[in-house]
Amino acid sequence: MTDQSPAKTAEPAAAPPGGPRETPTWADRLPYLPHVPLVNLAFVGLALAVVVISGLTNDAFLTEGNLTNLLRQMVTTGLLSLGMLMVILTGGIDLSVGSVVALTGIVSAGLVEGLPVPLAIAAAVVLGAACGAINGVLVARFALAPFVVTLAAMTTFRGLTYVYSRTPISPTTPDFLTLGAENIGPVPMAAIITVVMFALGWVLINRTSAGRSLLGIGGNREAIRLAGVKVQRHLVLAYMLCGLCAGLAGVILASRVGIAQPSVGQGFELDAIAACVIGGAALSGGKGTVGGTLGGVVLLGLIDNLLSLYDVQSYWQQVLKGVIIAVAILARRREQQRT
Amino acid sequence: MTLELRGVHKGYAGVEVLHGVDLTIRGGEVLAIAGANGAGKSTLIKVLAGAEPLDRGEIILDGEPLTLNSPQDAHAQRFRTVYQELSLVPQMTVTENVLLGALPTSRGLLNWPAAHARVRALLEEIGFGDIDPRARAGRLSVARQQMVEIAKALAGEPRLLVLDEPSAVLAGADLDRLFDLIRALRERGVAVVYVSHRLAEVMEIADRITVIKDGRVVETMTPAETSEDQIVALMAGRRLEQVYPDREPSDGRPLLDVRGLCREGAFEDISFSVAAGEIVGMFGLVGSGRSEVAHCLFGAERPTSGSVEIDGAAVRFRTPADAIAAGVALVTEDRKHTGLVLGMDVADNATFATLPRMSRRGLLDTRRRDAAVREMVERLDIRPPRPGMPVVNLSGGNQQKVVLAKWLLTEPRLLILDEPTRGVDMATRVDIYRMIDTLTQAGLGVLLISSDLTEVLGATDRVLVMREGRLVAQVRSADTTEDEVLAHSVGVAA
Repeated sequence: MTDQSPAKTAEPAAAPPGGPRETPTWADRLPYLPHVPLVNLAFVGLALAVVVISGLTNDAFLTEGNLTNLLRQMVTTGLLSLGMLMVILTGGIDLSVGSVVALTGIVSAGLVEGLPVPLAIAAAVVLGAACGAINGVLVARFALAPFVVTLAAMTTFRGLTYVYSRTPISPTTPDFLTLGAENIGPVPMAAIITVVMFALGWVLINRTSAGRSLLGIGGNREAIRLAGVKVQRHLVLAYMLCGLCAGLAGVILASRVGIAQPSVGQGFELDAIAACVIGGAALSGGKGTVGGTLGGVVLLGLIDNLLSLYDVQSYWQQVLKGVIIAVAILARRREQQRT
Repeated sequence: MTLELRGVHKGYAGVEVLHGVDLTIRGGEVLAIAGANGAGKSTLIKVLAGAEPLDRGEIILDGEPLTLNSPQDAHAQRFRTVYQELSLVPQMTVTENVLLGALPTSRGLLNWPAAHARVRALLEEIGFGDIDPRARAGRLSVARQQMVEIAKALAGEPRLLVLDEPSAVLAGADLDRLFDLIRALRERGVAVVYVSHRLAEVMEIADRITVIKDGRVVETMTPAETSEDQIVALMAGRRLEQVYPDREPSDGRPLLDVRGLCREGAFEDISFSVAAGEIVGMFGLVGSGRSEVAHCLFGAERPTSGSVEIDGAAVRFRTPADAIAAGVALVTEDRKHTGLVLGMDVADNATFATLPRMSRRGLLDTRRRDAAVREMVERLDIRPPRPGMPVVNLSGGNQQKVVLAKWLLTEPRLLILDEPTRGVDMATRVDIYRMIDTLTQAGLGVLLISSDLTEVLGATDRVLVMREGRLVAQVRSADTTEDEVLAHSVGVAA
């Protein structure tokens, strides 16, 4: 240690103390384009190839009936995946969405007997959001692990569904079927709702303070807390949105089928998680996009639809689907290692 | 042993970092590598550790070409690296960490007594025999964890030992013990590569000093041939005329007034004030309670008692958001863990504290946000100047500037800086000091927490000294010496 006071050099500074700045080169001025992961392009290419080949080899694929059906099938996974993405971005997970689908479906079907249809539907969607909010509060306020909280919620909500009605409810009101079964032109109304929800989801994630904070929380919770963001509130919001999407999915599903089954929705959470991950979301949080998730949903939907069209036996369908998901995720992993 | 790098090129994602580095490392010698942040030191270390394969160039060991494509390759050659970022498993014991993957067994079962004895011997050898091998690594202080890392490297009986900024967490007597160890290793013929910003240390310990700049070797010298000033000039590519700006004593109105602040188990009875336009330094050894005071002033932790006034109004922050609303900003000590979301881009990271302000009718006003970020990128000279680049790809100095940008956007009245120049190169430091100085001229008050004595005296108007949770001295920076401040901090009467 020196025995003098700090080295404030007496020499007068000719150059500015910051030193001469090197002028940025033209390359520095270019906008920074995050390179589009090859794997995204590969997925899109693959999906297009599959569509073209199927269209050429299978007469049933490119019919209006099948395509409408395909869209309808994607609605449930789509809505669940969108909600799941909000939670996954924060580094969490929601295993209870399948049960919420069953609960909200059966409650809406029960309520239409006594309430106007829109009101019954709204009530069921709010119920879904409330289910999510409970998860959120347990995760955020009591700092419990999302996996465990939502595992407990999965059982609880499923149980409540059976408490509400042990048998399927088939509403007699024909209006109940509007939401799930009506088309606007050739396009199912439910598909339009889903697209609108994805658009809203995109805006939320990319163009609102809350959305950026959700990603940030997943990336580095402490840094975000110290930046003055109310972390707990945002976590509750994420789970609530997930519940809301599940509620909407439950109502639409019951309305499409015309009958609300208390046993419906088992395993739906896995498809939703798979779609997010195929779309590039990281289960550790902080990474994932709405567009990618939509891509994941479409890919999963195509797989299901085509395997049925080609008459693959349903157990083999499961095997193939699992393998395809694993390969897709493996491709993502290689991509991540390269960057 | 002689290890040579010849024309080593290495880049990431198409951006070349090392443009043909030539380097000779000899057994029984301490080679220091000095360079500014972003000069390529970390990449060079990764090459030696086998963590990053070369793009081009050769590694020659005693005349024979050598490939280092994985850490296993490096370990097989008995090359060991101690990184600046600690890599211990906090839940495991010291013994398990040190002997990870090589725990001694007898008849197929782990032999714990032998393992602990071996680790105790290693720790004694490095002068830290008081660390209990059975302790959980995560419970040790950061300085001790660093020593455990070194013990772990020594367990591999290295021929080459690379130390990346070991003094970032070591100070005083700990550092002396490390230097004794390095000298002992040199006697045994081990090649030691010592990477550091701190030139005084480099001058003290190195046999040769290699300065790198922009991915190239600029010069290799012995300490006798050179001076700290010359090294700084080589690192920066220019002479640094003045590190710390001249300060006029401030006579501003009191901005922050802290009275009798306590937090049980961390610090007690802290009273001081910061005037508008004043830079107050806070010095103390690691564990003296400095960062905890900062966290309490920022609402990130709650004091058990005491009062805080800002601009004459009593405040009691319950959350950081309250503190930010009152014009307090905190640049935390550890930017990777508490400052940045590494995977997100510069624009996101710079605006996390101001998102609500950047929104209009619930939606982010991206044009306003982008303009604000661009202005900050220019003002702080963040490189490369690309708001869309993930901060993980920036150098340490530039990452720190992003953290500063985040807090400057909140337009604070009081800026608390906790070790703002740790792991930051000299040129960026000068930028930071100059910026702080400019801000105080506009009435900002600054509390600068630092364990760098030169900095804490050079960049401030007054210095507070903390020891074991108490404020033990307050002195004017111009009227004191490094020795006096250090004496206060360790409790030796000056």
